Amino acid sequence: MKRLLLITLCSLLPLAGNAMTPEEQGLEIAKEVDRRDTGFHDFKATMTMLLRNKHGEESLRHMRTKALEVEDDGDKTLIIFDRPRDVKGTALLSYSHKTGADDQWLYLPALKRVKRIASRNKSGPFMGSEFAYEDLSSQEVEKYTYKYIRDEQLNGKDALVQERYPVDPNSGYTRQVVWVDKVEYIPLKIEFYDRKKALLKTLEFKSYKQYLDRYWRASEMFMQNHQTGKSTLLTWEDYKFRAGLKSSNFGKNSLKRAR
Amino acid sequence: MKERFFRFILDRKYLVILLAFIATFAMAAGMKNLQFSNDYRMFFSEENPQLTAFEQLQNTYAKNDNVLFVLAPKDGKVFSRKTLSAVEELTKAAWQIPYSLRVDSVTNFQHTYAEGDDLVVDDLARNAASLSDEDLQRIQEIAVNDPLLVHRLISPEAHVTGVNVTIQLAEKKLTEVPEVAGAAQQLAQQIEQKYPHIKIHLTGMVMMNNAFPAASIKDMKTLYPAMFAAVLITLALMLRSIPGTFSTLIVIILMVLGTMGITGWLNIKLSPPTTTVPIVIMTLAIADCVHILVNFLHGMRVGLAKRDALLESLRINLQPIFLTTITTAIGFLSLNFSDAPPFRDLGNMAAMGVILAFIFSISLLPAMMMILPVKAMSTDSRGSRAMMHLAEFVIRHKIKLLWVVGGSILFLIAQIPNNRLDDQFVKYFDETNEFRTATDFATDNLTGIYLIEYSLDSGEAGGVSNPEFLRNVEAFAQWYRQQPNVLHVNTLTDIMKRLNRNMHADDDEWYRLPDKRDLSAQYLLLYEFSLPFGLDLNNQINVRKSATRFIVTLESISTQQMLAIEESAQQWLATNAPGMKADGASPSIMFAHIGNRNIRSMLKGTTVALVMISAILILAFRSLRIGGLSLLPNLVPIGTAFGLWGLLVGEVGLALSVVSGMTLGIVVDDTVHFLSKFLRARREQGMNAEDAVRYAFSTVGTALWVTSFVLMLGFAILALSHFQLNAGMGLLTAITIGLALVADFLFLPPLLMLFGGRTK
Repeated sequence: MKRLLLITLCSLLPLAGNAMTPEEQGLEIAKEVDRRDTGFHDFKATMTMLLRNKHGEESLRHMRTKALEVEDDGDKTLIIFDRPRDVKGTALLSYSHKTGADDQWLYLPALKRVKRIASRNKSGPFMGSEFAYEDLSSQEVEKYTYKYIRDEQLNGKDALVQERYPVDPNSGYTRQVVWVDKVEYIPLKIEFYDRKKALLKTLEFKSYKQYLDRYWRASEMFMQNHQTGKSTLLTWEDYKFRAGLKSSNFGKNSLKRAR
Repeated sequence: MKERFFRFILDRKYLVILLAFIATFAMAAGMKNLQFSNDYRMFFSEENPQLTAFEQLQNTYAKNDNVLFVLAPKDGKVFSRKTLSAVEELTKAAWQIPYSLRVDSVTNFQHTYAEGDDLVVDDLARNAASLSDEDLQRIQEIAVNDPLLVHRLISPEAHVTGVNVTIQLAEKKLTEVPEVAGAAQQLAQQIEQKYPHIKIHLTGMVMMNNAFPAASIKDMKTLYPAMFAAVLITLALMLRSIPGTFSTLIVIILMVLGTMGITGWLNIKLSPPTTTVPIVIMTLAIADCVHILVNFLHGMRVGLAKRDALLESLRINLQPIFLTTITTAIGFLSLNFSDAPPFRDLGNMAAMGVILAFIFSISLLPAMMMILPVKAMSTDSRGSRAMMHLAEFVIRHKIKLLWVVGGSILFLIAQIPNNRLDDQFVKYFDETNEFRTATDFATDNLTGIYLIEYSLDSGEAGGVSNPEFLRNVEAFAQWYRQQPNVLHVNTLTDIMKRLNRNMHADDDEWYRLPDKRDLSAQYLLLYEFSLPFGLDLNNQINVRKSATRFIVTLESISTQQMLAIEESAQQWLATNAPGMKADGASPSIMFAHIGNRNIRSMLKGTTVALVMISAILILAFRSLRIGGLSLLPNLVPIGTAFGLWGLLVGEVGLALSVVSGMTLGIVVDDTVHFLSKFLRARREQGMNAEDAVRYAFSTVGTALWVTSFVLMLGFAILALSHFQLNAGMGLLTAITIGLALVADFLFLPPLLMLFGGRTK
């Protein structure tokens, strides 16, 4: 199956190179990335964030995440915070959408209440880190327009370099440059450009591991802010694919029970 | 050896001139490297503790260099559709300013309110053009009552509003500051054109940084021509010799080019203080040339041949000019003790200048005089006759003078404590400066530019949510708000209180701090998830969430008041919340300490210079007694000048702290010239003290008052500077030099006659 895919792709791409505009090529790459990552159904994992400022101060955040693939729409994700202790048990539920703003709810155990995050703009930092929610949320093809730029070697790997432009006018970015592994179609590096089109951040994906013989996940994602000198290292562990999660695990009312 | 050198110069005059020009061109080529520094941090050395504290604070949170657009609508109403539209448009466009990190205004202020069970976080004003009158009224109510906005981005009367752009420069290129300032100016113009009822004033730290080179260039355009004209006129009047004036001008020009060129080769950045260097060294070079030319012309008048007259002049002037060059250079080099790098640069550049001036005036100057036609003029003895009268007067009244002058000196020195330290950096610029007027407008109508920042630490990760810590921060904020001259306090507790109220259906009862730690932490989390790009809390809370940034905005107050407030704040913290004690840090605090730090470091520098200069004088005069005696006329001018300043002005700061070291080297010159003549008369001609005083007056009296006059004129021209640091420095230096002349004429001779020792 996999070999067949590769063969078709290899025969397709050079052809495509001649026939398609850079925009169409870029879109094809994004679709291929998405296609290769569909069908996992659900997964669980733990996340650790190491925040560091220019002064060298560090801080840790621990959380667990659960995700459910939704047919014909964005994924549903649930993030449960374990540390710092004063936010333990807080849970963020997101319904990502192919078009329009994502829906988000936050359960606050101190209040024992679920609050909808009613902001039209969710591009702020995630837990004070250098990741914005939009960097972490499910990367639906429809959220960007694309343009293929060039082929390039990155750390000894052949990569396709494409630019993508956020569709959401509230995005914090005007442009992202993505290096996609030419063989596995997984992102290797992303550069984020801010509203004044200046380089803001660089995200590097490291230590990819393959799950279920198909789905690649980076164990480390390192985000460097070039303007403030702050950085965040996001570490993923204990991936479990097809863990038997169901839609009922991702309901608003399930938030209070999320542990 | 000396004679052979001088003969060589006079005989190989064309070669000497050629070499001088070639050397100057080689040096001057360095001028292509000259650049202006445009960062207020230039005034602080890397080891400055206040700078270090502030950098640390900025590295923990975010930098807060800024551009503040102050919008003043002519109808005095910010909350009208057209003005608010302008604010909204400016806010959006300001994100495009290079190196901008965030933009804050009344329109994009993240207003929070409860809607059913939800927390709504949204811009305070959106689509301003389509707002109803009720909307405008409601928005105004919210804005002028929000402690985060009022006195910061909106005036209480809602007649002026601000758009604040936080800038984080990459600090890689010198063009960054003008790039940001240029973009801001262009944007302001665009908005003014589109909304002609609005006047925009631009202030903030970036605009100040941008104003430094602008002020320097303006100074160059006004001061340099003024100085040149003054030099020409005085030279012509004094020397009454066109060739003499011409050669001196050439010497001065080559010396300035050479000095600025070496400055370029050494990659020293120009700053407002160093733009005064050409004027300073021009003045000093004139003194060298005048001494040589006066004696030369005198020789011609008494019938010597041109070559002989030049040789004789060089012979008798070499030692005193060499000595004064060395002492002046030492005085300037003592500026290296200053904590403010621009003044170190000033000292080093001026020292190079005086050395170049010495070299040119004993080589290029006589070589040129050999070529130019010089006529022996009729004797002009008016000056020396006046000097003889003065000499007789001093001799007759030596005892009385000692008492009267001595008494005046003591009186003036007693006035030194009248001086108060004041370094308000906005006032470094005079009122012709655009940054100054914009800042004055902002402080009069909207907010202050003097800040004190604290990083209040709870001592534990996540401690910013600890109710006890928050209560302490709130109490500190309340204390600060009760202090006089405090305009605004920016504190996290105001956000916490607002969120608590929002979470309780906007019930005003709940406008208070949450009483549980996890509650605060979870409110913050919810709030942070709702904030848009760039408007996060990372500039207020550190990554460990253990500390929060607390910013106090003050009216334009003096350094003394600023330090007094910070001192009482420290006391408040020590008694009420010792755990979160932190020193205030900010540019204002840095400038508040800089005067004091520099005075202390320059005292050291001046002492070292004084010891070295006195040692040189003792060696040169081969007399411990005379060298020791020279200390008095060398120190008295500085002491009395600061006393006079205390009576007349009473404010000293950074710039004046370097005057002592700088003038020491200059005032010594007069003493050296007078003493060398006095001793020559005593030793070579065996005169008694009174006759030796007569001899000194008659030989150097005229030259002394003439050079002092030129020096005073040169430094007085600095008083016209648009940069107050230079103006104050120039004025006090001019006063010091004037007082030095008085001391040399009226105080030194009586001292010599009474304590100068017996004839050998």
